[in-house]
Amino acid sequence: MASIEFAPRQHETEQITAHVIWLTSGLGCDGDSVAMTSAVNPSLEDIITGAIPGMPKVVAHTPVLAYENGAEFMQAWYDAEAGKLDPFVLIVEGSIPNEKINGEGHWAGMGVNPSNGQPITTNEWIDRLAPKSAATVALGTCATYGGIPAMKNNPTGAMGLCDYLGWGWTSAAGLPVVNIPGCPAQPDNTTESLTVLVMALAGITPVPELDEQHRLTMHFSRTVHEGCNRAAFYEHGNFATEYGSDHRCLVKLGCKGPVVKCNVPIRGWQSGVGGCPNVGGICMACTMPGFPDKYMPFMEEDSKAKLSSTTAKFTYGPVLRYFRNTSIKTIGDKEPEWRHPRAELTSGFTPTW
Amino acid sequence: MAIAQTPPATSGVVVKEMAWDPITRIVGSLGIHTEIDFTNRKVNKCYSTSMIFRGFDIFMKGIDPRDTHFITSRICGICGDNHCTVSCLNQNMAYGVKPPKLGDYAFNLAESADYMFDHAIFNDCMCNVDFCEQMVKETNPSVLAKAENTSAPHGDIHGYKTIADIMRALNPFTGSFYLETLGVARYTREMYCLFGGRHTHPSTIMPGGCSADITHQTMTDYYVRLMRYMDYIKRTVPMHDDLYDFFYEAMPGYEQVGYRDTDIICWGAFDDPEYVDYNYTTMTDWGRRRFITPGLVFKGELITTDLVEINLAMRILLGHSYFEDWDQAETFVTQDPLGNPVDKRHPWNKQTIPKPQKRDFNDKYSWVAAPRMYDKRNDIYVATDTGGGPFARNWCTAKAGLVDLGYLKATGHSIQMVLPKSLNMPEMELEWKIPPWSNAIERDRARTYHQPISALIGLHCLEKALVEVRAGRTKSWNSFKVPDDAISCGFHEAARGVISHHMVIRDGKVANYQPYPPTPWNGNPRDKFGTPGPYEDAVQNTPIFEENGPDNFKGIDIMRAVRSFDPCLPCGVHMYTGKGRVKKVQHTPTGMC
Repeated sequence: MASIEFAPRQHETEQITAHVIWLTSGLGCDGDSVAMTSAVNPSLEDIITGAIPGMPKVVAHTPVLAYENGAEFMQAWYDAEAGKLDPFVLIVEGSIPNEKINGEGHWAGMGVNPSNGQPITTNEWIDRLAPKSAATVALGTCATYGGIPAMKNNPTGAMGLCDYLGWGWTSAAGLPVVNIPGCPAQPDNTTESLTVLVMALAGITPVPELDEQHRLTMHFSRTVHEGCNRAAFYEHGNFATEYGSDHRCLVKLGCKGPVVKCNVPIRGWQSGVGGCPNVGGICMACTMPGFPDKYMPFMEEDSKAKLSSTTAKFTYGPVLRYFRNTSIKTIGDKEPEWRHPRAELTSGFTPTW
Repeated sequence: MAIAQTPPATSGVVVKEMAWDPITRIVGSLGIHTEIDFTNRKVNKCYSTSMIFRGFDIFMKGIDPRDTHFITSRICGICGDNHCTVSCLNQNMAYGVKPPKLGDYAFNLAESADYMFDHAIFNDCMCNVDFCEQMVKETNPSVLAKAENTSAPHGDIHGYKTIADIMRALNPFTGSFYLETLGVARYTREMYCLFGGRHTHPSTIMPGGCSADITHQTMTDYYVRLMRYMDYIKRTVPMHDDLYDFFYEAMPGYEQVGYRDTDIICWGAFDDPEYVDYNYTTMTDWGRRRFITPGLVFKGELITTDLVEINLAMRILLGHSYFEDWDQAETFVTQDPLGNPVDKRHPWNKQTIPKPQKRDFNDKYSWVAAPRMYDKRNDIYVATDTGGGPFARNWCTAKAGLVDLGYLKATGHSIQMVLPKSLNMPEMELEWKIPPWSNAIERDRARTYHQPISALIGLHCLEKALVEVRAGRTKSWNSFKVPDDAISCGFHEAARGVISHHMVIRDGKVANYQPYPPTPWNGNPRDKFGTPGPYEDAVQNTPIFEENGPDNFKGIDIMRAVRSFDPCLPCGVHMYTGKGRVKKVQHTPTGMC
C-alpha cells in the first residue's frame, strides 16, 4: 500500500521543503494577508499541513501569524539571503516607495541594521531577496501596480514591484514577477496561486500561464462584466437608478465592471459569499494598473462607457427585453396543454389498454 | 553612551537594550525598543516606532468627497471596513443625508460581524498564542507545571480539564481551539460580506446607506451563522476567564503587566436608526443613543459621554515624529457648527508635512504623530488609550448605564448579557464587571466579553432589520448632493478602538481629510512635552516575570503588554540585537537613563 501514489511522484515531491518569505512591509495595509486567512480553496492550514497530495512541505514565514518575534522571526530573512532556504517564494505586499528622494530618512522599513541602528528599508530587503527567490510574487494591487499609495500627488514616489525591478526581471528559477492584483487580492486567488506556484517549482504542474500584465490567466482572463450575474440587465438596457434594493445593472451608478479584469463575481468574495456588482457594490476597478486615479470619481459613470450603455438603453436593449418578456409570458411560463386532471390522456401516447 | 562590557557574575546590575522589530501577530509595522534592567526585572525605557509612511491625507486633497470611503478603507487591512464605515458616517453629516432604517441596520450588522470576526481571530490566533503551551513552556516552565495540575473551574462548560489543556488548545496550527477559531474567523467574515460585500475593503458600504441587495435570504444567511457563533462564545468566554484568572494566581503581581492609569477613550458605535440623524448639532443626543456609549475617562473617572465635547477635546501633537509643525499653515475651521471654538491642533485643522530623516530615539523616531485629549480642568494633554478597543467600550458603556436592549444591559458598574439557546448549549448569562485596573489581562478579558456583546447587538439589529424586510421596506440607500462647502466628522470604533474622520469640503472637493484610527492613539511616540505614548507607558510599567535570562530572553511579558492593545499599524516588532546589547553595568539599581 505504501507504494500507492495519489499524485505523480508524490513520495518525491512531498520531501521538498518550500519556504515562503512574506514581506508585508511595503506601503500597504496587510489587507492581502488578512484576507488570505479567510481563504478556503485551499486554506492556509491545508497548504502548510500537507493536506494536498503531492504538495511540497510549505513553511510560511508571515508576520501576521508567526509564532516567533523579533530576531527569531527575522532569522528566515537572513537565511534566505544566505541561500540556506532553497527554494523559497518571496511574496511582496504593499507598494514600493522611492527611497532615493528622502535624504537620510525612510518611507518603509523592517528590522534594524546592526551597523548603524537605522531601519532596513523594504527596498533593501527586496534587493537582497528577490534575486535569490525561486519565484517572486507581487500580492495585491499596491505591490503589482502601486495602487492607492501611488495615487497622484503622493509624497513617497510609490510604485509597483515590476516598475521597481523592471518588467523584464526574472527570478533565480527564470520566472517573471507573478502579479496577483486586487485590493485586497481575492483570498482564494492568493492561496490557489501560491499552491500552483509551489507545485510548479516541484515540477508537478506546468508553470502557470501569465498575461502581458503578469497576471495568472486562470484567474484574470475574463472581465467582471463577463462573470456578473447582473450583466443580462445591461444587455436589456435596464440599469439601476439607485444603490441597494434596485438589483439591475450598476454601470450607470459607476460600476467599471465591463472593462475590468477580475474573477470576483464568479468566485464570490469568500466561500462564494459576497463580491462586488454581483451583490450590489459598484466595481471600482481595484485589480487594474490604473487604479485608483483612472476610475475616480468611483460613483460616476465612466464617460467612455456612456455611449455603449446609452446605446443598449435606447436601441436593442428594450427590443430584446420586450421579446424575451413576451416569450416568457406566452411560452416559457405556460405549462404544456397535456398536463391536466381531465378524464382523458392528451400527451400523444396511444393507450394500449 | 553605551558601555559594552561583560557584567560581573554576581553583584552587577545588568541593563540591556533590547528591541523587537517587527512585532509579529499584529497587523502592520511596529517596533518596540527597550532598555531592560534584568537584575531588578523591570523595563527602564521603552520606545514605540513605526517605519511606514504613505501620506493618505496628502494625496486625498482635492479628490471628490464621495471617494473618501473607498480610499480611506485602504489605510488598514484589518480595520478597513471600520474606516469605510466612519467615512460614510462623516459623509452623511457633510451631505445632510439620513439612510433608510434598513441601511443603518445594515451598517450595524456588518460592523457587529466585523467585531465578532476580529476579536475571535485576534484573541485566539494571535494574542493568546502568547499564553499557549508552547510559549509558556519556553518562557515560564514552572507556570506550565502548575497549569498541568490546576483544574479549569469552567471545564464542564468548555471541555478542557486543566489550564494546561486550555494552553495546548491554543498552540498555533495544532491546538483545537486555535484551529476552530480560524474557521470561526471565516464564517463571521461571511456575515460581514452579506452586508458589506467584501472584507476588509467593502464594496457596498456607501454614504447614504448600504448598496447591498438585502433580502430575506440575506437575513437567513446571517441568522444561521450568528447562532453558530453564540454556541462558540459560550465556551470561549469561560475558557478565557479560567486562563486569565490562572495567570493572576500563578504569578502574583501579574496585574502590573501592561498596567497604566485608566485614561481611556471610546467614540461609541452602532447608531440607533430610530434616533440618529447624522447632524452635528444633535450629535450629543444621538451619540448617547448608541448601543456602545461614547466616553472620555481620565484617571478612572468618566468625564463625559458627549461626542461634541469629545470632538472639541481632540489635539494632535507632534514631538518625536518625522513631521514638521503646521502652525504656519492655513486654519480651516475656527468654530464648530454649534459656535464652539476649534483649536489649531484639532484634526479639522491638522496638516501633514512629512520630513523623512534618520531615526534618533533622542529626537525623531516614528512616523506616528501623537494624538492627545485636552483636559481643560487641569490644562494638560493626556495620552489616552483605547484599551485595545473592548476595554474602553465595555468600561464607558457599563459606567454610563445608558444601554438596555433587554438581553444586553449596562448597569452603571457592569454589562449583563443573556445569550439565547443554541445548537449545543443552553441559554447562558454573562456579566462583565469594570475591573480595578487597566492592564494587559483586563484588556484581553474585555475583548473576549466583547464577543458576546457584539453578537447580541447583531441579534438586536437583525430582529429590527427583519421587521423592515418583512414589511417590504427594502430600500437601504438615500440619494444626496455634495455641497460646495461643509465641515463634518464621523466617530466610530474600529475593533481595536476609537476611529474618527474629519473632513473640510471646499468648492465641492476635499480641502482637508484627517483620519485618526486607534493605533496612533496607542502606539505613538513621546509628545513635545515628553509624555510617552500608551504602549511606551504600559511597557515601562511592566515587571519581568519571564524565567529566561538575557541570553534567551523572549520578552513575553512585554509582548503581552503590547499585544493587549491589539496593535494594527500596518507595522511589526523583531529582536534586532539577538541576545541584546549591554548598555550599562552598575552596582546600584538604575533609574531612567
